[in-house]
Amino acid sequence: MTPLIKYLLHLADNTLILSQRNSEWCGHGPVLEQDIAITNISLDLLGQARNLYSYAATLIGGEATEDSLAYLRKEREFRNCLLVEQPNGDWAQTILRQYCFSQYQYALYQELLNSKDPQLAAIVEKSIKEVAYHLRWSSEWVIRLGDGTEESHRRMLKAIEELWAYTGELFEAADYEKDLQQEGIAADLEKIKQEWQLKTEAIFAEATLPMPRNVFVQTGGKQGIHTEQLGFILTELQYMQRAYPGAKW
Amino acid sequence: MVNTKADKEKIYEYLREIVDPEIPVLSIMDMGIVRDLILHDDEVEVVITPTYTGCPAMDMISMQIRMHLSSYGFPKNKVTMVLSPAWTTEWMTEEGKKKLKAYGIAPPNPRQQGCDEKLFAEAEAVQCPHCDSWHTHRVSEFGSTACKALYQCDDCKEPFDHFKCH
Repeated sequence: MTPLIKYLLHLADNTLILSQRNSEWCGHGPVLEQDIAITNISLDLLGQARNLYSYAATLIGGEATEDSLAYLRKEREFRNCLLVEQPNGDWAQTILRQYCFSQYQYALYQELLNSKDPQLAAIVEKSIKEVAYHLRWSSEWVIRLGDGTEESHRRMLKAIEELWAYTGELFEAADYEKDLQQEGIAADLEKIKQEWQLKTEAIFAEATLPMPRNVFVQTGGKQGIHTEQLGFILTELQYMQRAYPGAKW
Repeated sequence: MVNTKADKEKIYEYLREIVDPEIPVLSIMDMGIVRDLILHDDEVEVVITPTYTGCPAMDMISMQIRMHLSSYGFPKNKVTMVLSPAWTTEWMTEEGKKKLKAYGIAPPNPRQQGCDEKLFAEAEAVQCPHCDSWHTHRVSEFGSTACKALYQCDDCKEPFDHFKCH
């Protein structure tokens, strides 16, 4: 498997798994408008995953399709970062997870607009307009909850505690990212990390939330070593194709 | 066989008959999602671009184009999807915007003021498609489909969809 295919699967898995997590809110959002918002974001992410998987499938060739990549790979073959597979928790935890990911994704996609791989650049150009919505929406919610009531502030602190160890992995380049970075296809994660930290510090300051320092960084997802969460997600996501192989809607 | 200019114009006419399944007053030509029409020796190729990456209408639109062309005597046809340049509401025709408004959906504003990163920005001023008042407010940035936001008119009190700038 070439570094480009691994990288496309990494990007696609990030969006598919976060989409699946967010979709768990469907019908359970705190208010109707936000239920619609989080499921709209879920739909955008699923659309991005489809584009990335379809492109990966053409490179893999043979029988591979966007569906086989989503439904028939095992846990160890998924390369999503650990952050996106973490449970929804309460609304604060879902918001913080979305914010951390969107801020990263926006900075990353801005760099990937200049990727030397034209199809990847085209997918990113299409997706980044949607990511801008997700980022603005989740940033506003981080501020609203952090600088809200005592209760919402307390819940944001708890969310930071739950999720922070998984944010560092976003900026630790896997071997395939390093290879592609040299070829001008993937982005320089050090640059993205600085951008992410600057923006996040500003938003946390406005949200009256402390920015954690020197936190242990949990990694592994980009290489297929996941937390216990991913297996449960795939069990649900892949159930139909596993139980009834080749079933069509 | 299908390589004359007259054929091309005819095919564009046929494409004008195909509507967005979620907004059935807008044709795919009004939406600005048809990017090119290529007449090969024995095949018609229609190049389209998606509005939003996750829009479920795109698969149906592709299928409709193929069935439509087949029924008009172009059985050899294909639909190609391109992503770049990315679709923008700027490509929606003026006629399309008028049709949207008549249908009860506020059309996208010409300036892309809703698309920047600024937080807690004041919601775009959007005209009520029912009573033409500008005295409206945004209820939700996300609406019934990926392309819409939900508004309410403060004068006639009607809620309405707004096709977001994108």
